[in-house]
Amino acid sequence: MAPEAILKILQETFPDEVTEVMPEGVHPHAVVRPDRWHDIALFLRDDERLGFDWLRCISGVDHIEDKLLTAVYDLHATGKPDTPGAMWHVRNEIAIKVHVDRDNAHIPSVADVWPTADWHEREAYDLLGIIFDGHPDPRRILCCDDWVGHPLRKDYEFPLEYHGIPAVTEYGQTRPQH
Amino acid sequence: MAEKTLEFQPDLNVDFDREAMGDVQTEEMIINMGPQHPATHGVLRIILRTDGELILEATPYIGYLHRCAERIGENLQPYQWVPITDRLDYLAGMNNNHAFAIAVERLCGIEVPERAVYIRVIAAELNRIASHLVSFGCYGMDMGAFTPFLYAFREREYIMDLFEAMCGARLTYSYIFPGGVRFDLPEGFEERCREFLDYFEPKIDEYNDLLSFNHIFVNRTADVVTISAEQAIAYGLSGPVLRASGPKWDLRKVRPYDFYDRFDFEVPVGVEGGHDGIPHKIVVGDSWNRYFMRLLEMKQSVRIVRQALDQMPTDGPVKAKGANNVKLPSGSAYFEGENPRGQLGFYIEGDGSKIPYRLKARGPSFCNLSICSAACRNILIADMPAFIGSIDIVMGEVDR
Amino acid sequence: MSWLENRFEDNLIITSLDWAINWARRSSIWPLTFGIACCAIEMMATGASRFDIDRFGAGAYRPTPRQADLMIVAGTVTYKMASRIVRLYNQMPEPKWVMAMGACTIGGGPYFKHGYHVVKGVDLVVPVDVYVPGCPPRPEALLEGLMRLQDKIRRQTFARQPVEAATSA
Repeated sequence: MAPEAILKILQETFPDEVTEVMPEGVHPHAVVRPDRWHDIALFLRDDERLGFDWLRCISGVDHIEDKLLTAVYDLHATGKPDTPGAMWHVRNEIAIKVHVDRDNAHIPSVADVWPTADWHEREAYDLLGIIFDGHPDPRRILCCDDWVGHPLRKDYEFPLEYHGIPAVTEYGQTRPQH
Repeated sequence: MAEKTLEFQPDLNVDFDREAMGDVQTEEMIINMGPQHPATHGVLRIILRTDGELILEATPYIGYLHRCAERIGENLQPYQWVPITDRLDYLAGMNNNHAFAIAVERLCGIEVPERAVYIRVIAAELNRIASHLVSFGCYGMDMGAFTPFLYAFREREYIMDLFEAMCGARLTYSYIFPGGVRFDLPEGFEERCREFLDYFEPKIDEYNDLLSFNHIFVNRTADVVTISAEQAIAYGLSGPVLRASGPKWDLRKVRPYDFYDRFDFEVPVGVEGGHDGIPHKIVVGDSWNRYFMRLLEMKQSVRIVRQALDQMPTDGPVKAKGANNVKLPSGSAYFEGENPRGQLGFYIEGDGSKIPYRLKARGPSFCNLSICSAACRNILIADMPAFIGSIDIVMGEVDR
Repeated sequence: MSWLENRFEDNLIITSLDWAINWARRSSIWPLTFGIACCAIEMMATGASRFDIDRFGAGAYRPTPRQADLMIVAGTVTYKMASRIVRLYNQMPEPKWVMAMGACTIGGGPYFKHGYHVVKGVDLVVPVDVYVPGCPPRPEALLEGLMRLQDKIRRQTFARQPVEAATSA
């Protein structure tokens, strides 16, 4: 299905939650509100026309000027072939962007909808500080357990030392250059 | 899709007679398969909760190789970030470069010259062979067979010599850039490459005889941690791990990029035991199938390289003009390439300047490993290395 | 060997014994299987048949630090991994040596700038004997590092030494 058709179905079913659609370009996506994101995710997965069963990636982005954190969900719908032993194909392909407030970043977790989201959401929490409500295991995954701060935020200050090991960067630079 | 289909059934083949234990008191033990371990393929830590020889629960802990690649990407231009992509999945440097180059080209709309595309395909497929050789050798070593490791690394040295002639490096190539490749092929490369392919193709059958159908190897890997197709897609598995469970899904055929639709090759999927010479114990989706897919894929890669050498134009530019200093337009792009380990995805967001605003790498091993805690229940301790070796993870792209 | 050190002045018997013990030690350095990242693949290639580290006596990789002489730190050290490296180093019995393989272990490597989670050089964590530069170093470079380490072992002596300050990790 073309991206326009997919986004039309989404807009008709959830007219209040979908704030923006962008069917053209290399990355067609829709922007939805975080409040009912879990219901939207279930709809995306279970609807027969859409059938998005493969969550490819959750990317977190820090838009510091707009004071927003964004989680971008890239989805695929796999199509089984009619004859056994033939190639599978892509039925649908779309991306969903969810914007949340930078100071109060809560998004409902979709780890029960797509089990692969479990680790992706932990990574988004670890590196950006987006809190996923209802996640079965909300801990840091990549950085140390007692790490302070969320490193991929644009205003992150590099630590000067960690448990006695000094952290030296070029010319003692610790502030990011954004 | 009901949630029940995603649950892993306990391994009913485990011969564990609880009733015969009677009044024997047992305790659960927590065992640490630490970051330093010969069979964890890098710095992976798994905490096992065991009851005797049976693993009740396995929890992986990652992050011991988190090298802040994405933070670095927000401070460098795309062509400066290419060496960092090499070190994501360090066994398949060319494929990482390839996926990143295409992601940047999609975002910026760069056209790549034809000869460069063919060189890229040759480099990517040779690297696929090299990467699968390491996986084959190390999996044999994990299961206790040391000889395949030496054979695999010997073949790999031939490929490394070819790559060294191409770009000067043995492991971290930084050869495929957004817009083309860095240098043209040296003189005499085609003959050396064809010589290597003629030498290597019969070796794959030799390795099948050596390891794949070996009685001990089959017993250790057949029907170990079987993953079904629905579970594989729900957990985001990709690459040979997904194909071993049934779905005939290969991005080179499903979403062809870089002239892959001009080549004729097959996509192997998981086989069932009992016919065609496959031992009886094998089921679709078990560790043996995940390993066997890689051997079959090596054969297909040889076919692709031969066709690419035949079809390649003899001269032409190998770099698009001005591709290094391109400004990234505002907007985002996401592209996944078929790596030896799965689908490596890059999400790039530009803001109009030369430096990306956000650069995220989706490592295939990250998603492949996430199934570990759900799949490894009620298996034996000896099955753990068999599972980890079969999903063939590289910690560089798990932790980035 | 610690009961023998620092007891006797340098003389003919001590130098001969030195020579024999050092020859034994440098000809059978058993490394620890400790690959972290990309350099580990070149370390594996060094152990394979083309470059063959076994002809130097160093082919018996031990999985446990209790039986190993040499810890080749091959790959980037992160803060999460640093405490484990110290623990592994402490578990190795004397005499032990550490080889820093690759640019990441020497001074942070390509992750020096903007690498918030990377230790800028493993010598901030454990004392290092030999540094092997490269990214990753070729197997020939790793063998050169091993030979430099063998030269260092050749110069060791257990005759009475002037007191020097202890270096701590």
